[in-house]
Amino acid sequence: MIENRPWLTAISHLSLLLGIAMVALPVWVALVASTHPTEAFGSGEIPLWFGDQAIQNWGAVLFAKAGNGIDAPVWSMMLNSLVMALGITIGKIAISILSAYAIVFFRFPFRGAAFWVIFITLMLPVEVRIVPTYEVVANLDMLNSYSGLVLPLIASATATFLFRQCFMTVPGELVEAARIDGAGPIRFFFDILMPLSRTNIAALFVIMFIYGWNQYLWPLIVTTDDAYYTLVMSIKRMLSVEQGDVEWNQVMVTTLLAMLPPVLVVVGMQKLFVKGLVDAEK
Amino acid sequence: MSVHFPQKKLPYLLLLPQLVITFIFFLWPAEQAIEQAFYQEDAFGLSREFVGLDNFIDIFQDPQYYTSIGVTLIFSFSVAFLGMALALWLAVMADRVIRGKLAYQTLLIWPYAVAPALAGVLWWILFDPSMGPVALWLETVGVEWNHFLNGDQAMILVVISATWKQISYNFLFFLAGLQAVPRSLIEAAAIDGASPAKRFWDIVFPLLSPTTFFLLVVNLVYAFFDTFGVIDATTQGGPGVSTATMVYKVFNDGFIGLDLGSSAAQSVVLMGLVGIMTVVQFRYIERKVEY
Repeated sequence: MIENRPWLTAISHLSLLLGIAMVALPVWVALVASTHPTEAFGSGEIPLWFGDQAIQNWGAVLFAKAGNGIDAPVWSMMLNSLVMALGITIGKIAISILSAYAIVFFRFPFRGAAFWVIFITLMLPVEVRIVPTYEVVANLDMLNSYSGLVLPLIASATATFLFRQCFMTVPGELVEAARIDGAGPIRFFFDILMPLSRTNIAALFVIMFIYGWNQYLWPLIVTTDDAYYTLVMSIKRMLSVEQGDVEWNQVMVTTLLAMLPPVLVVVGMQKLFVKGLVDAEK
Repeated sequence: MSVHFPQKKLPYLLLLPQLVITFIFFLWPAEQAIEQAFYQEDAFGLSREFVGLDNFIDIFQDPQYYTSIGVTLIFSFSVAFLGMALALWLAVMADRVIRGKLAYQTLLIWPYAVAPALAGVLWWILFDPSMGPVALWLETVGVEWNHFLNGDQAMILVVISATWKQISYNFLFFLAGLQAVPRSLIEAAAIDGASPAKRFWDIVFPLLSPTTFFLLVVNLVYAFFDTFGVIDATTQGGPGVSTATMVYKVFNDGFIGLDLGSSAAQSVVLMGLVGIMTVVQFRYIERKVEY
């Protein structure tokens, strides 16, 4: 603090509170809307205070069926989302860590070429190559399957870069010492490199989990079977019933449940999350 | 790294998983998109003929394509500007306060974790013309709100949804940037009698320019590619084509309209665009903007 200006401090707090209120407003309304019976939405305004249907609505959507044309209950879609998010996260980290290890700690022909092939994926977000990727996955008979949901999203230049940066800071003496002590590359990888990169892996895990959980377009086009719906994309299916027939209370419960896990991850692992964000942009 | 392991076969084995995935799910589809862009397929996908650059000529002669470029530019720059301005304001305020800094940060950053599609749905219901509290409030102050009919209002709605989600990201980076500004500089200016506002515009803001430029690029990339969910879950490009961005049009022409040639040609144009943005990002962010 450089000088004491009480009014300025007051304005700061006020602005921040206003910002928080603005950010929280839609979630508040969704929470309120999720506690009312369906009829409440037909007759004009969304009620501004909680109703008495909270337990019925949340219970029905979580355990019976999500409604609005989806027969699967939310918990089963949540499981699908979890499988997809973890599959993408673990898959990405595993293959990137291996390829970064190869690129940093070995010298071999075509090393540069391999690096460029990986780098080029940065230029092809899934939204851009959506139609041909769909055809490839259909040809491989992976529609409506977990591997179809996960594999096309797994290759990541970002993660490979991150691990490359991290590995390049490992002093050469460490490698030398390990070699003199008779440790081969596999042993060095598991006993020295992994423990050294623990925090980086954890930070990347947080970011990738959010990325994986929030996938929308890809699950939307490769799954047509309720059994493989993920939670985030199910919203679209719920909203595609006739405009007048949308059961908003159920849509709101599903929306809130769909955002809950990643939000909990961000709030609960804030330090790792911030580190992951900053790392990923280097 | 100057010391390496001598093994010659092992590195290929380590690279194999990532290369296989990259070939099957990135390079192969990309190659197909490029190939498809030069062919015209009949409606049933039974036959196709080579048409050279016709698909590209068609899209660049199609007034709708220019509309979608316009929509994309308006959308992206609005999201970037609005998101950065609000986040900078909040970050400056958070940098000033001493009490409760972490609590404020926590309560401001969580929207990062919300999927774009869900952010769209949340704001959609808030602005619903017949039951949304905000739309009904707007009516009482004399604004007729109906994003189902009014293209500009639909655009405002998707901009708000996309911005809401991105404020948290900008906030974190601006806050880190502000904390890196040397205290001694600000103290010296304060002793010389510069007001807080003057200190901000003459010292802090110029020193933040690397962060600002970096965020501008990231925000534009976000608005271009990561906001598909916002648009698809809410307006679906409508009313008419007033919120159909270029990325949305690729999907819509390919999957809904089944005009694969045109969709592929648009993909190729977008790949070029991503390529340019990636190069800009790498070249300028490495060098940073400095005065």
